[in-house]
This record gives sequence, structure tokens and C-alpha cells, in this order.
Amino acid sequence: MLDNIKEFASEFFVTGDPLIYGADVSIVLATLAIVFVLTYFKKWGWLWRNWLTTVDHKKIGIMYILAAIVMLFRGGVDAVMMRTQLAFPDLNFLEPEHYNQIFTTHGVVMIFFMAMPLMFGLFNIVVPLQIGARDVAFPFLNSLSFWLFFVGAMLFNLSFVIGGSPDAGWLAYPPLSGTQFNPGVGQNFYIWGIQISGIGSLASGINFIVTILKMRAPGMTMMKMPMFTWSVFASSTTIIFAFPILAITMLLLFMDRFFGAHFFTLDGGGNPMMYINLIWMWGHPEVYIVVLPAFGVFSETVATFARKRLFGYASMVFAMVIISIISFFTWAHHFFTMGSGANVNAFFAVTTMIIAIPTGVKIFNWLFTMYKGRISFPTPMMWTIAFIPAFVVGGMTGVMLSVAPADFQFHNSYFLIAHFHQVLIGGVVFGYFAGLYYWWPKMFGFKLNEYLGKWAFWFWNIGFYVCFMPQYLVGLDGMTRRISVFSDPDWTGLNVVSTIGAYIMGIAFLFQVAQIGYSIFRHEKDTTGDIWDARTLEWSTPSPAPEYNFAVIPQVHSRDEWWEEKERRARGEQPAQYGPIEPIHMPKNSAIPAIMGACWFIAGFGLVFHWLFFAIPGLIGVFICMFARSFSAHKAEYYIPAEEVERTEATLRGSV
Amino acid sequence: MGKKRSSLVRAAFSAVVLAMTMLLLSGCGNYMVLDPKGPIAQKQLDLIGITVLLCSIIIVPVLIITFIIVWRYRASNKKADYKPEWAHNNLLETIWWGIPIVIIAILAVITIRYTHELEPSKTLAAESEKEVVIQVASLDWKWLFMYPEEGIATINTITIPEDRSVRFELTSDAPMNSFWIPELGGQIYTMSGMSMALHLKADEPGDYFGTAANFSGEYFANMTFDVHATTEADYEKWVADAKNSSDTLTDEGYQELAKPSADNEQLVYASFPEGLYERIVTKYMHDGAELHEHGSASSDEEGKQSADAGAASTEAEGHDSSSHTGH
Repeated sequence: MLDNIKEFASEFFVTGDPLIYGADVSIVLATLAIVFVLTYFKKWGWLWRNWLTTVDHKKIGIMYILAAIVMLFRGGVDAVMMRTQLAFPDLNFLEPEHYNQIFTTHGVVMIFFMAMPLMFGLFNIVVPLQIGARDVAFPFLNSLSFWLFFVGAMLFNLSFVIGGSPDAGWLAYPPLSGTQFNPGVGQNFYIWGIQISGIGSLASGINFIVTILKMRAPGMTMMKMPMFTWSVFASSTTIIFAFPILAITMLLLFMDRFFGAHFFTLDGGGNPMMYINLIWMWGHPEVYIVVLPAFGVFSETVATFARKRLFGYASMVFAMVIISIISFFTWAHHFFTMGSGANVNAFFAVTTMIIAIPTGVKIFNWLFTMYKGRISFPTPMMWTIAFIPAFVVGGMTGVMLSVAPADFQFHNSYFLIAHFHQVLIGGVVFGYFAGLYYWWPKMFGFKLNEYLGKWAFWFWNIGFYVCFMPQYLVGLDGMTRRISVFSDPDWTGLNVVSTIGAYIMGIAFLFQVAQIGYSIFRHEKDTTGDIWDARTLEWSTPSPAPEYNFAVIPQVHSRDEWWEEKERRARGEQPAQYGPIEPIHMPKNSAIPAIMGACWFIAGFGLVFHWLFFAIPGLIGVFICMFARSFSAHKAEYYIPAEEVERTEATLRGSV
Repeated sequence: MGKKRSSLVRAAFSAVVLAMTMLLLSGCGNYMVLDPKGPIAQKQLDLIGITVLLCSIIIVPVLIITFIIVWRYRASNKKADYKPEWAHNNLLETIWWGIPIVIIAILAVITIRYTHELEPSKTLAAESEKEVVIQVASLDWKWLFMYPEEGIATINTITIPEDRSVRFELTSDAPMNSFWIPELGGQIYTMSGMSMALHLKADEPGDYFGTAANFSGEYFANMTFDVHATTEADYEKWVADAKNSSDTLTDEGYQELAKPSADNEQLVYASFPEGLYERIVTKYMHDGAELHEHGSASSDEEGKQSADAGAASTEAEGHDSSSHTGH
């Protein structure tokens, strides 16, 4: 009996690697610490009522961002470990098996569980405020999206200590990811972590499309929307067309692994190439899903800090829409070398190049927004300006990769790795950092410390170039991705430099953690609600905004409505009066999303281990939650009385 | 505070200087892709050059303009113009839609031409010339090379004569991989159940680096191989020596070889079972299933081979055989 338990435990828990034992200990300690703090300060009720059950878009946004920062840490540690191995390949810091797991989880975590939640966090914080709405269209669904993401992320991360991590690369190409070559549970964690959070992403896409189409303040036509909202619209539209492909692809892979189907297997008529096509039909639009909102952020920061209107608004909108459409027609450039033939390759090469045109136009428009402006350089603007050279160079290497016959020499090499890190860090991460610094005061009512922020900025930027420029060179020297050892002495120097860069970025992240920690305790409260003297409606509310956002829904006249309003006031006109304060109709908190998330977790865990006694009850729980919601939806709303709104406004603004 | 700050600045600065110095030092070597030894790699390098040049027409001015605008219109420079309402100009916007469109159009035309010209299934041999054929199978985690005409086989090493078109026929008996010899030309995927074709040529004798490029599992990093380009005479001698090698590859031997293993030695076999390559390609096929020939034009010879292997027909996919005549 005891032996059976021992044997089960040795397979169930990941064993044998001191690094993982260390992680086990730190996970247990961190969990105990959190439980202790919550219990000691009697905060369990507060956590449940104010956060876990909330349907307030601002709080959901904060939870997304918090989770994303934790995941950035995890993905970053993976990156630093890989770089350490590559700087000293002979020391065997990581065994090949462990290295393979780490590059797999690095990719998955960074895209699905860092970039996506950080993006949804910004969507949540900003969009309703920017369009003059009181919440998103479906607040309950919004909370459910968060919990599905969170549960998916936790399930995936669990593979680190239980069962074993996936190790077939971040897109899990079959047949390597099939049971024939990968019989363990790691790949099941991959499928269900992504599947569950993917449903959440799809729901968020729908939610924001409806929010933007239906909940804009009166007077805000589509062509008067702030550019960030436009970018969210373009990104969400891309989501609803791309994520179903991902869901089906994961389902098919699951059927191969669970039921022994033959979609992507070698035998039985399966065809792995189908998977590669499908995953990139999602995968390429995904890149634009995450980068478009970053473009949106830059459009906001550049106008605010140049104190000038955004140049070429119509061009900007058109460029974004075109990018999201063409992004669906470029997928085969990820496998030019799969022998599709010259005509197919030529087609996808040209569609890929075409995307460079609207992207280039956007850069020009940002530059000419700054032209004849009055540019100041707080941290959000520093990230914006740093983005331009990073993205321009990354864009050029992207065009180089798009030239199909030349791609035969770049494909799968470190040149490719350098390219996509340059656009994903230089574009997406820089963009989201700019957004985070820019809207942080809106979330919490104070600015992040600028001094520490500048240190973080410079470490990030220097580390970024030191890390990825050598990778272009080592790629041109024939080094392929995903190798943990190499014998070519010419590659050593470049790899060591690259590793130094990775550590510099690691230090930069520590500066950011310090910056957040320091700013929480030492800050100046923002009483204006408009700390940057900005242009759009979110800055017309107090910081942080009250739960109902706007006491009275504003009437919009122009693109930069808040800027215009400030101009009118400066000319001595009366502040706009939008009518009397009325009772405000609000959604009630709900525990169902969190409970349904927990049920999904149980179901997912059961499906990973093929334990139907876990999976079936979990799925039944999911359906019970759906029923419960169906029959209680009418009770899920309430009114905030007008007097209470007046009181809140008086405290927040000092007058009404 | 001030002291701490300056020491931090110094530390950061010296880290950057150190990094840049090392970058420059290591930058002195020749990078394989930039130092081509064959016509395919050469044309690919030409194309890379053209792309960089065309892109620079936009990139360089943009970087300069960025610097100028950010510097000139900084808030502290009160002499600069300030036009907060200026947000639209048809002429300017036409220019920056127009220039990228023109450049991308030029690049697109060039790319399409080169895509046909460098189609990997196209032979590099003139009609009278005879190609060297090497059949390649990626295994876990080693490369098996078979010379069907010479009747010899090797592991993780190949020898080819200089100045002759080499036709690689490639498949896999393991998760898909990619076959890459950077100094000779770009890579092509190896996939089980399919036969791919790649034509390369070495301009001069030398030892070149070959590698697996698509991740295929635990010991993927060990899948490098050597390419020896020799003179025609040395090649003949190498083949003769190989035929006298004491090792032979049998069907049973192949079954052993196909099992996952790391750290494989380079090996030369005096012979290998006839039709082994075709059997690997058709291993997972049902009766009557078609042999997928990706990226390779069908020819009589191949038709015979696949008939031998029991597959019904050969399928040439995705490209026209008319592109054999050059541009």
C-alpha cells in the first residue's frame, strides 16, 4: 500500500531536480505567507467581497494586471535560466529535457498568460472610462473571462510541480506533441491551460466589441472614438475570428491524445501539416491582437505628451483595420520551408510585406503628432519614444523574413528569435508598459515613482539591445533555436553578451517591482483626476474613478472631448452640465464566475490526468453554475441612490 | 544618495561598454549566411542585401527624423513652433502611404521572381550534367544519409563533389525536422510520409556546417552533421573507400538505428538495403494512399521509385515545372 502511494507520488509530483525542489519550497512558503497575512489581518471577507466576486471592470482590470506581472516574473525567470545555460553550455546547468520544458513554458506563459492578460487589463481599465460608459456591456461575462484566464494560467503553471511541464515548443507541433512521442501529461496541461483561458479570451473579445459598439456616450460617433478604443475594437474583432480556430485546434489535438483520433498523427491518415496551418491561422493574427492595443496606447501617450492632436486620425483607423484584416492572410510565412511551392510562398510573402505599409504609416503619424508639439518626457512617453527605433528595426528584419527565398536562411534560426523578441518586447511590452505607467494614476490615484521608473527604463532598453542584437548575428552564423548545447566556439561570445543583456533586463524588472513597492508607500495623492493634463474622457473622472465611473453620462462633441472641455473652461465658459444626477443602475457582485472557474479547474485537472472522476463532476459543476446564473440573472442588478452618488462626488471632487 | 547614484551609473555604463566590446570582438568572424559557398546561398545573400537596401530607404530617414523631432520639439525648447491643432495634411499623408507602397511593390516583384528562381525542387544541373542524389532521413536524434546511386550510406556526415548539383531527397522517421547547411543555402523541412527535394551546390572544396533546424525532441541539439565538399577525384576516392568500409546497414540495423539515441558518431556504411528510403517515406501509408511529394517535380525516375514502394502515384504539388528554364 505504502509502496503504491510512493510510486504514485513519484510520478505525480515532479522530482529529481534541485531547482524544482527549490521552487516547490518557495511556492509553499509564499502560499502560507499569503494565507497567514489574510487571516492575521482578517482580510478574507474583504478579498471575497471586493475582489474575487467583483464585476467592476476597473477591479477586474487590476486583477488581470497583477496576474500578468506575476506571469512576467515566471516567464522572465525561464528566460534568464535559458540564457544562463546558453552562456555556459558545457556546465549542464539545465539538462536538455529541462531546457526543452523551459523554452516551451517561457513562450506559452509570455504570450497567453502575460501579454494577453496585461492587454485585457488595459482594455478593462480604460475602455469604459474612455467612451463614457459605466461598465462593459456584460460585466458578469467579463468577470467569468477573468476567472477562465486565471484558472487556465494556474492549471498550466501547476505542470511545473505536478505531472511535468510540456516540452514540445510553445505551439506544440505534432507529431512531437502527440502521444507517440510525448506520452506524459505535460502536453495535456498545455491543451487545457490554453483551452480554458482561450474561452475567456474569446468572451472578452465579444464583450469589448459590444461595449464599443453599443455603450459609447451620446455624441461619440465611431470616428470620434479615442484611438486606444479603436485599437481595442480592431484587436477584439481579430480575437473573435482567430480564437475559435485555436479552440478547435486544441480540441482536435486533445481528441488525438485522449481518444486516439488521427487528425495529426503520423499513422492512420493523420497529417501534422494541418495542425501547423491551423495553429498559425490563429497564431499570426494573435501577434496583431497583442500589438494593436500597444499601437493604441502610443496614440494616446504621444498626443498627451506632445500636447497636440493625434495626426492623421482617419489614416490611423484605416491602417489598424487593414492590419487586422490582412493578418489573417499571412499565416503560411511561418513555414515557407515546408515545400508549399513557389506560388504559395510568393503569395504569403507579398501579403506579409503589405502589412508593413500601414504599420509604417502609423509610425509617420506618431512622428508628425510630435512635430510642432511641446514634448515632455515622463516615463510613459519615454517608453513610447523607445518603441519607435526598436519597432522600426524589428519591422525591417520582419520584412527581411517575409522575403520567402531569403527566409530559407533565417527560418528557425536565432535571427528569427531576435526578430520576434524585438517586435514583441519593443512593440507589445514597451507599449503595455507605457500604458501601465500612463493609466496607473487612473487605477490607483497616484503616479508611480518617476526616478525608479527611469532606472527601470534604461536598464530595460540597454538590456534589450545587448540581449537581442547579438542574436541576429549568431542566427546568421547558423545557430538554430531551441538548442541547449553547441560546440561552435564562434557562438560563445555572442551568447555570453546576449545573456548579459537578459540579466540587465532582469535587473530592470526588479527596479519596476521596487518602483511599485516604493510608490505604494511614498506617493503624492492625485486630486485632479487628470494628472497628465490629458485629452480623453477617462481623465474627466476622479482618480481612481468611483464604481459608477460617471455621475452623469457626458455628451461628446469632438475627438479629444476632455481637452476641448478644458479649453472651453479656460475661455471662461461654464463647465458642461449634462443634466441632474439620477439613481444609477449597476450590476451586482457575483460569486458564480469564481466558482465556475474553480469547477473548470477541477474538470481541466481531471482531463489532464484522464481522471474522469474529476473531470465529470467538474463539468457538471460548470453546468450547474450556468443554470444558477440563468435563473438568477434578473436579481443581479441594483440602483445606487442619487443622494449617495451626490455624496460620493462631493467627497471625490470637493464640490459637485 | 548622489554617490550611490554615480556608482550605479558607472556600473551600468561599464556593463554596456563591456557588452559592446565583446560584440565587436566576436563580430570579426565570418557569419555563415553572409559568407556563402554555393550559388543558392549566394543568391539568398543577394536577396538579403537588396531587402536591407530597400528597407533602408525608409528606415534611415525615419530614425533621423525621430531624433530631430524629439529633440527640436522638446517642451524646454521654447523657440520651436507649437501648433496644437495641426493634425491633418493630405500631401504629407499621401507621401507616407505612397513611398512604402512603392518600395513594397518593388520588393514584392523581386521576391516573386526569386521565389520561382530559388524554388528548392529545381535542379541546378545543366541537362548534360549528372546530379549527385542523396536521400536524407531525420531520425531521433541523428541524420541518415543514403547515396542510392553509389549504394553507400552515412550517419551525420556527407561528402559531396564541388561544382555539382546535389539533389537531396528528404524525409523523416521521427518528428518533423529541418535540414540546413547555411553556407550552401537555405533549409527545408523533413517530414514523415512525405518526400521533399532540395538542390544545393558547393562552389569550392571545404568543410561546411550542417544542422537540424526544427525542434524534434530531447536531444535535438545533438543533430549536427558535417558536409565535406571535395574535388571530383577526391569524391570518387571517398566513395570507393566507403564501399570498402567494414560496416553495412541492414534492415535490422536500421530498426536499431531508428530508435531514439543521443551522441551519435559519424559513420560510413558500405551498403544499405535497397529501397530503404522509399520504405521510410511510405511507412505509415495505407494501401492505395498517395505518395505526397512536396516541393519536388515528378520525373520518370521518381515514378519508378514510388511504384517500387507500392504507392499508387506520384503527386507533384504546388508549383509549375515550366519554371525550370531560368529567368
